[in-house]
Amino acid sequence: MGDFLRVAIAVAAKDLRVERRSKTALVSAMAFAALVLMIFNFARDAAALSREMLGPSALWITFAFSGVIALNRSFALEREHGALDGLLLAPVSRGALFVGKYLANLTFVLTVEAVALPLFVLFFGVDLSGALGGIVVTAILATAGFVAVGTVFAAMTVRTRFAELMLPLLVLPFLLPPVIGGVQVTARLLAGRPMSEIMGWLRILALYDLVFVTLCLLLFPSLMDE
Amino acid sequence: MSSPRLSTPLAEPPLLAAAALTRRFGSARALAGVDLAVWPGECHLVAGPNGAGKSTLLRLLAGLARPSSGTVLLDGRPLAEQPFARRAVGLLSHQSHLYDDLTPAENLEFAARLYGLPDPAGAARAGLASAGLSDRADDAVRRLSRGMVQRVAIARALLHGPRVLLLDEPFTGLDPQSATRVAALLETQRAQGRGLVLVSHEVHESWKLATHAHLLVRGAWAVTGPKNGTLDEFLHRYREVLDG
Amino acid sequence: MTTESLAARRTAVQGLGVIGLGLAGLAAVYVLALDHTPVERFQGLPQKIFYVHVPAAWCALLAFSLVGIASALYLWLRDPRLDLFAESTAEAGLVFSVVMLTTGPLWGKPVWGTWWTWDARLTLTLMLFFLFLGYRALRGALQDPSERARFSAVVGLLGMVLVPFVHLSVYLFRTLHPQPIVLKPSSPSLPWEMLRTLLLSVGVYTVLLFGFVMTRYGLGRLDRAGGGDDAR
Repeated sequence: MGDFLRVAIAVAAKDLRVERRSKTALVSAMAFAALVLMIFNFARDAAALSREMLGPSALWITFAFSGVIALNRSFALEREHGALDGLLLAPVSRGALFVGKYLANLTFVLTVEAVALPLFVLFFGVDLSGALGGIVVTAILATAGFVAVGTVFAAMTVRTRFAELMLPLLVLPFLLPPVIGGVQVTARLLAGRPMSEIMGWLRILALYDLVFVTLCLLLFPSLMDE
Repeated sequence: MSSPRLSTPLAEPPLLAAAALTRRFGSARALAGVDLAVWPGECHLVAGPNGAGKSTLLRLLAGLARPSSGTVLLDGRPLAEQPFARRAVGLLSHQSHLYDDLTPAENLEFAARLYGLPDPAGAARAGLASAGLSDRADDAVRRLSRGMVQRVAIARALLHGPRVLLLDEPFTGLDPQSATRVAALLETQRAQGRGLVLVSHEVHESWKLATHAHLLVRGAWAVTGPKNGTLDEFLHRYREVLDG
Repeated sequence: MTTESLAARRTAVQGLGVIGLGLAGLAAVYVLALDHTPVERFQGLPQKIFYVHVPAAWCALLAFSLVGIASALYLWLRDPRLDLFAESTAEAGLVFSVVMLTTGPLWGKPVWGTWWTWDARLTLTLMLFFLFLGYRALRGALQDPSERARFSAVVGLLGMVLVPFVHLSVYLFRTLHPQPIVLKPSSPSLPWEMLRTLLLSVGVYTVLLFGFVMTRYGLGRLDRAGGGDDAR
């Protein structure tokens, strides 16, 4: 168990260090998030659709698409000089490699979301009082799930010619439950609805996380094993 | 064609052995029943045309891929039963396995952590010193020359003290000086008792190093066994097999 | 001609036979639906497309489940035939989901006044369509047969697990946002004639599905036996 964690943390730390050096993916994802939020504001018909009504959808679409952009780079850096083989050669479990990648991706996407949320508050004039905690928890729950699936798909699509196209195509259906859940909970939290309305969605998100993180952890080795 | 030494009861099993190794998918076959036995101090040259299955063989020996049938044995025990025994193996390929944005020191330290070495930073420093690159320890790999990158890659492959070295086209793209340096290093490793398997479609540079010479064609040995005869004779056989 | 390609050819031909049977059955169903089944009171004639729409959705879902199961089995047993079966079934499923997605709007416009509606069935089938498409695209983008089989198996399995979650999300969404119940004919309180036609149609479509899968499987086997590694 100790070995497993050691390897996972080493891999995650390495990924984050590489990203800190180059910063390209992080900055692009953040800029993208800001851009999407801006466009949502200008694209709506102010008379028909209030900022409160559009807000949650805009936020979660931003989260989802920035997340996909962030996930693309995850295995691209392993491809460059065959670094992935270097990882697979080592006497470490494939599951530990997955957890390392997953943690790095999760950190990355949550960082982008942490930047997007204040922008959202700013652009959409949203009153977060009382809702912030709930939104943060929901964001973490939803992100934990789709990053797991995204990590697995990123590992697959990096071997294809049009990786940047294949990854969104494959992963988008899997974003439906987290994003639908996220939007529903966020909208209700902002409207001050009672917890009872929200619990159902949170349960779905939690179940999704449990099922897909486990499944992805179990399936990742078969992707790496030839 | 099994190597006779594999079937003779010996006190010590070979460092690395392959028994009837096959790799296929559906009806396509990359390897069709390959045997190999590598003892300490041996260097097995595996030559062959493109698509013969050389890289596949190496990946199977390294534990990166699973054979469809047959076994890979490390110290006489099947790799499939103890997959982590692959720590006894080091792979040096024409790709460096390094991260461009990190420094050589960081790359080696990461490798040391992966292999569970007790003092990762120290091991990294030692590796860099033996590669003669201590002064470039903190430059991103991206900024190093090809020859220097190769030296870091070698240091990475040797970091955990593997007893078997697998080499996939190690001389490709190297200038003559670097190639000579790599050859000298490999010879030292061999003399120190490591077992080497060197895959190359370019035979000339590797011939001196080799103690055994094999020719792999369409997934099976066309020539196999200790090196006997000259390079010209081997090349002659090589051409014969290709034309035939 | 090797025994393998002979067997493959036989499978493909048998598959064509099954398709023929299915098509004949389909003709029978249409006759039944148009002439021998009462016209629905509220929706009129366009309602008859229901006999095409619902079975196609059912077949798409069935196909997808089969892909998921075959994928899981492949990951466990690593038998290339399971991979070929999944590939064949996914193609058939893609066809059926396209049928469903095109007939949906054709039915929707005259009946509901809109081309599209986010009812549970259409939404799910749309998602299945994207999953089938992604599955095919991934297969097309991978050259190595072992890699292609493993990767698409993972997608197939994950996709199958996804379906209940999307269904649950859409269901929860709808119970909180009640939509006008327009799909009354799909409730069990169908008059016997309609139910009979519907069930028959579902049966015929299922037969067609197996026919497509068999044919495609046979052709795929032929391809692999001949070329040693199919190009897809």
